[in-house]
Amino acid sequence: MQHMLLIHVDETKMPKVPTNETYQMAAAYNAYTEALKKAGVLLAGERLKPSGTAAAVRVRDDRTEVLDGPFADTKEQLGGYYLIEAPDMDSAVQWAARCPGSSTGTVEVREVWPAMAPAN
Amino acid sequence: MASHGPGQLNADGPASAARAAAERAARDSYGRLVAYLAAHTRDIAGAEDALADAFASALAQWPTSGVPQKPEAWLLAVARRRQVDASRRRRTADAAREHVAMIEDERSGIAADEGFPDERLKLMFACAAPEIEPAMRAPLILQTLLGFDAATIGAAFLVSPATMGQRLVRAKSRIRQKAVPLRIPERSDMPGRLDAVLAAIYAAFAEGWSDAAGADARRTNLAGEAIWLGRVLSALLPSEPEVLGLLALMLFAEGRSAARRTAAGAYVPLAEQDVAAWNDELIDEAEALLLRASRFGAFGRYQIEAAVQSAHCARRRTRHVDWPAIRLLYEALAGICPSPVVAVNLAVAIAETDGPGAGLRHLDAVADDARLTDYQPYWAARADLLARCGDVHEARLAYERATGLQSDPAARAFLIARRERLGASLN
Repeated sequence: MQHMLLIHVDETKMPKVPTNETYQMAAAYNAYTEALKKAGVLLAGERLKPSGTAAAVRVRDDRTEVLDGPFADTKEQLGGYYLIEAPDMDSAVQWAARCPGSSTGTVEVREVWPAMAPAN
Repeated sequence: MASHGPGQLNADGPASAARAAAERAARDSYGRLVAYLAAHTRDIAGAEDALADAFASALAQWPTSGVPQKPEAWLLAVARRRQVDASRRRRTADAAREHVAMIEDERSGIAADEGFPDERLKLMFACAAPEIEPAMRAPLILQTLLGFDAATIGAAFLVSPATMGQRLVRAKSRIRQKAVPLRIPERSDMPGRLDAVLAAIYAAFAEGWSDAAGADARRTNLAGEAIWLGRVLSALLPSEPEVLGLLALMLFAEGRSAARRTAAGAYVPLAEQDVAAWNDELIDEAEALLLRASRFGAFGRYQIEAAVQSAHCARRRTRHVDWPAIRLLYEALAGICPSPVVAVNLAVAIAETDGPGAGLRHLDAVADDARLTDYQPYWAARADLLARCGDVHEARLAYERATGLQSDPAARAFLIARRERLGASLN
């Protein structure tokens, strides 16, 4: 079963200039990504640019509204994701606990609802 | 009264004080309350449901009414009333009358300040009864006495949480249906049941022990709870060497707990721990227990593991670790209960006596075991041995693998630093 690990972090707590911590975090993420690959569970994963660069789009009454910034105005923002193959929720949660993001922010684990086959 | 959303709770407001009090009561007395509530009915699931209701009521009422003087007695009374309601709904009026009589007894007992007797050991042995499937005994004890959820127990026993949840429900209904008596078994019944009880206590201790930073109060408390259960059990069964061995094992580990982190929270490996920060009193007590256990001449896994700890702790007097002894002990352990965990520990001991190359060969011999692909200690041990053999490239890869599998941030930082030092020595 595919599971999505959504990494939510507090962007305001991220240092503007790289520090030793930034380096540690990068090394931890590299190691984590490698471990996912070696265990054969990684399907995809990317980091997202800061939420300040986001645009929120909605169409109402045929009018397209585009707002600057992320959809949700919360302290923690979506900072990246991993898509993994895990036999069950438990083992997905176990992987989420190893994600460096879980010790500074929150990692949300969601099972993927498989898309229906296209109707033809 | 103004309503507060959970997000607006003031850190020192009455609601959070009540919540803290309820959580403390849950931590301190979950197992006692379940054991007591189930003592007469043998209905563990019903007792847990009633107790969950009582905790919910506490969280709803205590913020306005204040925390009662005896939170445990309050929770017990409310849970009992829930049991009465449930038995009224489910069964006959007779059962309900029985419950009402119990409540009356308890009320007078609590009013007379007698408290309520501790039924935990009886419940533990009931969970370890022959009527219960052997593999479910320790998990059932953990859930019933310590309120572990199926996911945590599943992880500890390498079973999927859904399966574990179903099996736990079945096991509880067996205790009720088969009317398994809640009592300390006769001496002749003891050996068969003791294994499960010891395994459960040890699993609870390990769960608490793994939270080295003490960030999670409930988990840290588990280690203390496990030691307490070990003490009660050893007072009850002073001639069972494995009971003494397990208690010794836990006390050795607990005696080193203050040295596992620096003041700043950084991870300190066993070999680099400051012996001055160890608790001599606990370690001495553990030594005495282990000595007492050894006089019975029946060696088992807990005594062996305690002896390994003893050899490590010998460093506080002799300034060196007795690795040949540790190696022998792990070889003995591998004979009794072989597992990937024992294999990795044995490899480390072999590396200390015969050099890192020999340790590495032992690791290679077990490397095919699929359980090791995401077993963090295997990769950390491998990385260390590779580094000591001078295979910097492979060592770096193994350190990276270990780092990626580590969930504790302090230990992760330690591994990253080790890997980096490896790079530095190359230049």
